[in-house]
Amino acid sequence: MNIFKRIASFCTVIFGVLILTFLLIHLVPGDPVEVMLGESASTADRVQLREDLGLNQPLIRQFGNYLSKLSAADFGQSIHTKTPIIELIKSRYPATLKLAFLSLIIGLSIGIPLGIYAALKAGKWQDLIVTLVSVRLSAMPAFWLGPMLMLIFAVWLGWLPVSGMESNTSIVLPALTLGFGLSAILTRMTRTSLLEVLNDDYIRTARAKGLTEPNVIIRHALRAALLPIITIVGLQMGSLLAGTVITETIFSWDGIGRLLVESIEKRDYPVTQACVLVVALSYVLVNLFTDILYRFADPRVKFAS
Amino acid sequence: MVAVLAGRLLQLSPNQIDLNAILSLPNAHYLLGADDLGRSILARLLRGVEVSFTVAIVVTLVTMTIGVFVGLIAGFFGGKVDRLLMQITDIFLAFPGILLAIAFAAVLGPGLVNLMIALCITGWVSYARLTRGQTLSLRNRQHVQAAESLGASVPRLIIKHILPLLASILVVEATYSLASVMIAEASLSFLGLGIQSPNASWGAMLRDGVRYMLVAPHYVLIVGLSLMSLILAINLGGDYLRDKFDVRTEK
Repeated sequence: MNIFKRIASFCTVIFGVLILTFLLIHLVPGDPVEVMLGESASTADRVQLREDLGLNQPLIRQFGNYLSKLSAADFGQSIHTKTPIIELIKSRYPATLKLAFLSLIIGLSIGIPLGIYAALKAGKWQDLIVTLVSVRLSAMPAFWLGPMLMLIFAVWLGWLPVSGMESNTSIVLPALTLGFGLSAILTRMTRTSLLEVLNDDYIRTARAKGLTEPNVIIRHALRAALLPIITIVGLQMGSLLAGTVITETIFSWDGIGRLLVESIEKRDYPVTQACVLVVALSYVLVNLFTDILYRFADPRVKFAS
Repeated sequence: MVAVLAGRLLQLSPNQIDLNAILSLPNAHYLLGADDLGRSILARLLRGVEVSFTVAIVVTLVTMTIGVFVGLIAGFFGGKVDRLLMQITDIFLAFPGILLAIAFAAVLGPGLVNLMIALCITGWVSYARLTRGQTLSLRNRQHVQAAESLGASVPRLIIKHILPLLASILVVEATYSLASVMIAEASLSFLGLGIQSPNASWGAMLRDGVRYMLVAPHYVLIVGLSLMSLILAINLGGDYLRDKFDVRTEK
């Protein structure tokens, strides 16, 4: 029942997101057509663009058209290159997904082991250092971490390419930029949730049974601690997606975030609108998915097996 | 604050161009070197902090006012009003991170005022959520109910009996939001959407630093290290305030 409720509220949120992104173009101060084409454009071009964007029609009609076009996966076309926007998104989205996925793997493979380590050494100096570094690192924004990593690994050490997508190793620096921030948050989360579980009775029982310590940690404690971690990963996918906008710009990674920034620079607002919509929808979908996953993954059912 | 005061006292000229000093290394005249137009990096960093603080304080005050107002109404009246307002905050929260601020800043056009508008439109949601949650529980406290049964009006109930109890939580939230607004401002300026040249901004300086990284790595390094110290300082300040005011740290 809960899931149906969740999906219903999901639908209203999606509708709201559609309204907000639709309204974006109407928030342009003055005449959007003028802003997009610049002052030198001919009158014929302006009339044509106004017609293309349907800006002559009443707002409600425009929104209706927007929705019916979207339902046919039609985002309109770029003002400057006249390419259908759906093609642009199709060509850029995989790069963003690849980047986000690799960052997630980096984040998980650093964050979880480090969190376990900190929890096992709770209160000792190792724990203090790990916690201090992860707290401070997670406060640093991507537009700081990116240039710093670039300076160290690409400019000074020369191990990795500065930017672009030509080489196979081009993805390493942007993925590290996003992955480090994620790993810092995961470290703290793993540490906290593992510490909570470690004091439970069943862990004492497991130890009393004479199970080896790695067995107790991995088979018993970590399984229970993993649930909050799933939620955090789901929630963090959002900042990962938003982080790609800045990270892709720093490293000239041709994903959807860079497409967004480029479209803003060129005042190609239909493209801007589409990018914002696609990123927001991805985020909402990931959240819904995490939520459903979490509800299905009842820890007590697992422990019975 | 030290940085802002220092900037004022030294009467620096952050916009003065010295063509002989373009991208020069730190020296006696330019303590932290000069940028791509031969302007003093130190002077621009100090001016940038000032601008950034101003933006952060204005945006925090505006978003707090709007958010607290919305939150109080939602929490106090409950029911349909609450559901509608929370549905609206849900929609704003459906945009990850600063994506919505990027979108607003993009369509409004670059500039200081538009940047603040974009940050205000997107920033009130967290205050609304926080206030609403607190108000919901405060609404049923005995002292509020007692005042209500004595015939106190709704504005009086809210201002005299609920708002004072929210103050400490809001102060703590505000210090964190100061930091996050500063980061958001810098992110937008980094993308070229915020503060425009010749005004100084750390985000824009970092972007220029990246652009000239191969010829003048000291530029990006100096701005980066300064940014790191600033963010650490703000966070430590926020932690200190939280320890002082907040009871929630117990958990």
